[in-house]
Amino acid sequence: MDTVVDMAKAIKIQAKDVNVFYGEKQALNNVSIDIEDRSVTAFIGPSGCGKSTFLRCFNRMNDVIPSCRVEGSIMMGDVDVNSLQTDPVLLRARIGMVFQKPNPFPKTIFENVAYGPRIHGLAQSKTELDDMVEDSLKKAGLWGEVADRLADQATGLSGGQQQRLCIARAIAVGPDVLLMDEPCSALDPIATSVIEELISELQQRFTILIVTHSMQQAARVSQKTAYFHLGTLVEYGDTKDVFTLPKNEQTEAYISGKIG
Amino acid sequence: MDTQKHISSAFDQDLMILNDALQQLGDLACQQFEGAIEGLAMQNQANLDEVIKGDAALDALEAEINEKAIEVIAIRSPRAKDLRYVLVALKVATILERMGDYARNIANRTKVIMTAGNENIPGVNIGRMGKVTQEMVRDAMKSYQNRDAEMALAVWRRDIEVDHMHTAFHKEVLASMSRNPNMVGTGAHLLFIAKNIERIGDYATGIAEQVHFLVEGAMPDEDRPKADKTSKVVGT
Repeated sequence: MDTVVDMAKAIKIQAKDVNVFYGEKQALNNVSIDIEDRSVTAFIGPSGCGKSTFLRCFNRMNDVIPSCRVEGSIMMGDVDVNSLQTDPVLLRARIGMVFQKPNPFPKTIFENVAYGPRIHGLAQSKTELDDMVEDSLKKAGLWGEVADRLADQATGLSGGQQQRLCIARAIAVGPDVLLMDEPCSALDPIATSVIEELISELQQRFTILIVTHSMQQAARVSQKTAYFHLGTLVEYGDTKDVFTLPKNEQTEAYISGKIG
Repeated sequence: MDTQKHISSAFDQDLMILNDALQQLGDLACQQFEGAIEGLAMQNQANLDEVIKGDAALDALEAEINEKAIEVIAIRSPRAKDLRYVLVALKVATILERMGDYARNIANRTKVIMTAGNENIPGVNIGRMGKVTQEMVRDAMKSYQNRDAEMALAVWRRDIEVDHMHTAFHKEVLASMSRNPNMVGTGAHLLFIAKNIERIGDYATGIAEQVHFLVEGAMPDEDRPKADKTSKVVGT
């Protein structure tokens, strides 16, 4: 008998029976999902379906909302994300986040990237910090455009460049996972293409979870897609299957433009 | 057509245009083929001329469908069933246009046969073959119209009947040619006509496969029964 080679990727994060409440209102219902290591997983669904809420569970961003309560388990290796013993600041260094709108600090390009390594004490010297900044900007595909103006204000960069700077800032603290909440929604198509290309490159090093309203973007950049509707994970599978032959009628209706 | 509508009504309208154009092309292809078989059976010059002249309409309609399908892909980015719908329309349109070409070829060859003026032309099997193949094409288009994968499979399985008849007719013509050397020219045309009909049967199964793919998202998973042995017949 031939040896069967298991080509499945390792599981990076396991979420089990995750429920999220905003006060009395339940926003997520028993969501369980295995996230593959070094792959891109897209969360799609209509507005209010819970996809961003779920994304924010992975690095405890819901902690900052007073009425929000998260139940269930999210494990990244032996790290229990929801445990009170888990320091959210250290957690967010391992699970970085990029937001919808680029939000660089009103500081220089260099300082934006150096900020994380500095507060986490990751660099022992100025040279090491310089190397970290350069490395992060290279990984974010921005080095060539800013190498000779690191002392310029970050707010002077274009929208697409600012978003890549935010990605560099997230990368600088050495995360395993990157969460992206509609990272291209404020960008023009060219800047969007650059970010999408970057996501494909970053996937070699990081596990990426992306929330997007653009189904074409989900289809282009992700290997796995999860479709959410009214707080429920309706379908999760290989992106090519979800977009060509979805198992669920609700998924089919949504990706075909029949549910708003 | 699906009952659930797209949020963009223009998308529904585009798919409807594509659907209607394909149905129209299907009707035209059936008419052309039926006209050619009728012309062959009745040796009717007017019928045959009409078929020859009518082929251009199929070419034009196929071009329209291609253009519309490309537009829908570019503008609407269809997914899942919608994507299959557009891809199937493109493929079926090509098949129907090719059917039209075969019908025209049958008409052209029949006119040559009429000029030759042979008597006792072998024709029983070719008539039956034509009839079964016409039914297959009509049923294939009906299965498309009704999105009926079972009906499509029935068409798909029926091709073996045409194959058997083709083999029998092939032998019949060869026998006739060897008995009567004056029949060689007519017989050669008859062999091509029979092959054209057999190919149209194959095309009907091609449409059926596309309907199955449209409805089920996959091609039929069994091997299609085949029985065309004419490539192995060396004589009588």
